[in-house]
Amino acid sequence: MAKHIDAEKRRQAIYGWLLLSPAAVLLTTFAFYPTMATLWSSLFSRGTRRRPTEWVGGENYADLFADPTFWLVVKNNLLYAGITIPVSIFIALSMALWANSKLPAKGFLRTAYFTPTVLPMIAAANLWLFFYTPGLGVLDQIGGLFGLPTVNWLGQPETALWAIIIVTIWKEAGFFMIFYLAALQTIPADLKEAADIEGASRWTYTRRIVLPLLMPTTLFIAVNALINSVKLIDHLFILTKGGPNDASKLILYYIYEMAFAFFDAPHAAAMTMMVLLVLGIVAAFQFTVLDRRTHYQ
Amino acid sequence: MNDFLRRFETLGAFALAIIWISPLVFAVWAAFHTTSDAVNFNLGAAWTLDNFRTAWAGAPWFRYFINTFLLVTIVLIGQFFVTTLAGFAFAKVQFPGKDVVFILVLMQLFILPEVLIVENYAMVSRLGLFDTILGVGMPYMASAFGIFLMRQAFKGVPIELHEAARVEGCSWLGILWRVYVPLARPTYLAYALVSVSTHWNNFLWPLIVTNSPDTRPLTVGLSIFGAPENGVDISIISAATIMSVAPLLLAFLIFQRQFVQAFLRAGIK
Amino acid sequence: MSIFKKTGLALAAAAMMAAPAWAQTKLTMYYPIAVGGALTEVVDGIVADFEKANPDIDVEAIYSGNYDDTRVRALSALASGEPAQLAVMFSIDAYDLIEQDLIVPFDSVPGVEADWLNSFYPALTANGKVEGQTWGIPFQRSTIVAYYNKDMFKAAGLDPESPPKSWDELVSMGKKLTKEGTSGLMIPSTGYPYWMFQALAIQNGKELMSNDGKTTYFDDPAVVDTLKFWKSLSAEHGIMPTGTVEWGTLRQAFLEGQTAMMWHSTGNLTAVKKNASFNFGVAELPGKERLGSPTGGGNFYIFKKTSDEEKAAALKLITYMTDPEQAAKWSIATGYMGVSPAAYETEALKAYTKDFPPALVARNQLQNAVAEFSTFETARVREGLNNAIQAALTDTKSPEDALAEAQAKAVRLLRDYQ
Repeated sequence: MAKHIDAEKRRQAIYGWLLLSPAAVLLTTFAFYPTMATLWSSLFSRGTRRRPTEWVGGENYADLFADPTFWLVVKNNLLYAGITIPVSIFIALSMALWANSKLPAKGFLRTAYFTPTVLPMIAAANLWLFFYTPGLGVLDQIGGLFGLPTVNWLGQPETALWAIIIVTIWKEAGFFMIFYLAALQTIPADLKEAADIEGASRWTYTRRIVLPLLMPTTLFIAVNALINSVKLIDHLFILTKGGPNDASKLILYYIYEMAFAFFDAPHAAAMTMMVLLVLGIVAAFQFTVLDRRTHYQ
Repeated sequence: MNDFLRRFETLGAFALAIIWISPLVFAVWAAFHTTSDAVNFNLGAAWTLDNFRTAWAGAPWFRYFINTFLLVTIVLIGQFFVTTLAGFAFAKVQFPGKDVVFILVLMQLFILPEVLIVENYAMVSRLGLFDTILGVGMPYMASAFGIFLMRQAFKGVPIELHEAARVEGCSWLGILWRVYVPLARPTYLAYALVSVSTHWNNFLWPLIVTNSPDTRPLTVGLSIFGAPENGVDISIISAATIMSVAPLLLAFLIFQRQFVQAFLRAGIK
Repeated sequence: MSIFKKTGLALAAAAMMAAPAWAQTKLTMYYPIAVGGALTEVVDGIVADFEKANPDIDVEAIYSGNYDDTRVRALSALASGEPAQLAVMFSIDAYDLIEQDLIVPFDSVPGVEADWLNSFYPALTANGKVEGQTWGIPFQRSTIVAYYNKDMFKAAGLDPESPPKSWDELVSMGKKLTKEGTSGLMIPSTGYPYWMFQALAIQNGKELMSNDGKTTYFDDPAVVDTLKFWKSLSAEHGIMPTGTVEWGTLRQAFLEGQTAMMWHSTGNLTAVKKNASFNFGVAELPGKERLGSPTGGGNFYIFKKTSDEEKAAALKLITYMTDPEQAAKWSIATGYMGVSPAAYETEALKAYTKDFPPALVARNQLQNAVAEFSTFETARVREGLNNAIQAALTDTKSPEDALAEAQAKAVRLLRDYQ
């Protein structure tokens, strides 16, 4: 009998690994091995005709820390994350509450909110370019009606990053709304009835019952928004290319530029490692501190 | 008071909705008018299809559409295959090392393919897949998100069904195919929607690994077509933009209810 | 799809072995476009004509965006083993392409004669001449010219036939031309700000870099003064909008009458001609210490990993695309310069320039033209300069500080090459 169970266990183990093998091969090829390779290549210098590649240890990292552009880009990205995450969550929550309420034309509202999500970021950037173009753009034309002067939204360091931030919020709020809508539908209707009987106002009900119940969703969305603040850079290619004077450059764009425009793979690798480190910390936080049962069980 | 608040909220909700669709509405309007009329807001100006004609003639859009279509199809098939097997293993098979591997898979949620562009580019080149549609799709096939979704869906299948199929003599794969996959259909649908819209819209990675019109997806084609160096012509670029988003947008508008319901039902929360 | 493409290739290869008489040399060429108009069609047309004349050569011409994109695409292809035998890339990429050991000098390509290399305007081959050899053949080449709106000149009481010749005139006329909703002048400061800046610096009597590509002079007082002048156009004289001016939308702005004058690549000439609803003129840039403009644009390069057979075919293609007849056709279609004096002797271009004299401005300006800004590590050195210009124009930094920073960065990047 014990033998039979052993055999069954072994069989299951073999099945398990066989079933996993395609995923394991692909994940190794495109996630784990490249991570190691990135670490490795960040420790070597770039080879040119005059100077072959050599081991330099942490020098590439030291170069970055001494590079003012790197710090500017880090600062930009922190601001980008610091604004887009809370604002898009707040807007997404408002949208979900509205789209789930008794307002007229709910369907229209939901469609309008969600539409940006279906558009490619590149296309979205094209649409926004015509809002921002000085003189000809929609914003300036509207401003002109009120006698406001022409503003070069994308061409000034003070406004360029904000213009980028607005597009990001516009793009992702509708997507996050969906998650809130899903969560709202799981709230039992009798809670609302009970609140009504107690005579609680709608605002009290929302604040005391709905928001706490949505907390896990909010955390989940926050993590997603954080990831987006690293990877959502497509619109930079159209709108500003990181300019003017690096004022709207984000870290992934800088990595791209370093690797593919300046052909300086080692420094790109060093930057990649730092981003991965930050993402790793976020992951650890997500898995340990946040209640993992909520989403991952 | 309450009434006032209510009206105020309604106003806010609609204002937000109008702001949210206005870029698209403006682009549609600009696409059907001459550039001069568009930038000068001649509301009464004549409508025209010229921009679409010019835009269509300016790049091999049909090829781009085919490329994008092939790309999302290849990615989706690959993802279904890989995530179904892996999700099943994590949900229903007992084997040593499972927990550790699962954590590794979840780690991939944070090792974004976007961040690893440099090494992934080297890898795709090494495999001889540079400038191929398969090369664009491959890094996304083992999606941790998908594996996790499938695992959730399969976990919810009652063990009795599994046992019943086994008694009938089904193999493991047979059980997976006949019992689990059909029951997880809502999950597949939701995942497909997310996957298709993600990869239809993906840009940075395809930009790096495609090199010719034969492989370029729409997004990359659009960015090259609309490169500001070409001297941006608002109406023509609007037309190109509208053209390239139209299929997905129409599909979304038509199947909107199913789209949202799929999300809700699959319990992505 | 490339897989199918490759299968197709294999079949073609098999067919070739079976019937050597049909042997074809296949070339892949990457090329950029950085100015307005449907120029891909023009290039495709020239290539098709070439293939008709040379049935043994099959050319795949791949349009790949602007100059930077094209360099990225071509080098990515090389790095991953995809075929690429030649490309049109920035004339100023020469140093870096040589340093990365990617291109061959034309002197070493069999069948190249000194006469042919010398048949082009010397100002246009300057950027491609490094270490005594010619690495690039001029193709889509330009200088900066001043486009101006004659109707506005008239309305402002200026003579539409005498555009500004000096900086002082530029400012005084600019002031007269500036109206509510119309700027007097726009010089683009995104895209290629260093290019416009180099023009101003030359006019102010100072070059930005040494001839060997190892030293930059960003913090020279004359260069700093140049940037101060550019900034004063908006800050002091009010004839240009504050902040940066978009390279990409500038042509549109000029056509919409938002500015009376613009500085732009001559490569925009045909597009402006087609779309202008007013009388416009084209003039050489004004000067201060001297007249001058950098050349600009793209050269042909041949990559190192190329068989002799492919080199011969590539040379044939390049010779074809730059011969006087084709150069004339290309110049008429775009506004780019005919790359050799012989091109301006062709019937086609003679007739065209007689009808439309502005097409000669860029060529006439060649006598005052200098090589475009180019150094080792050119992309990053240039980026530093671009940032300094934008920082000064947007008031983030003073011109002195901005240029001192760019110079420090350039020194750091060029340290290894001294």
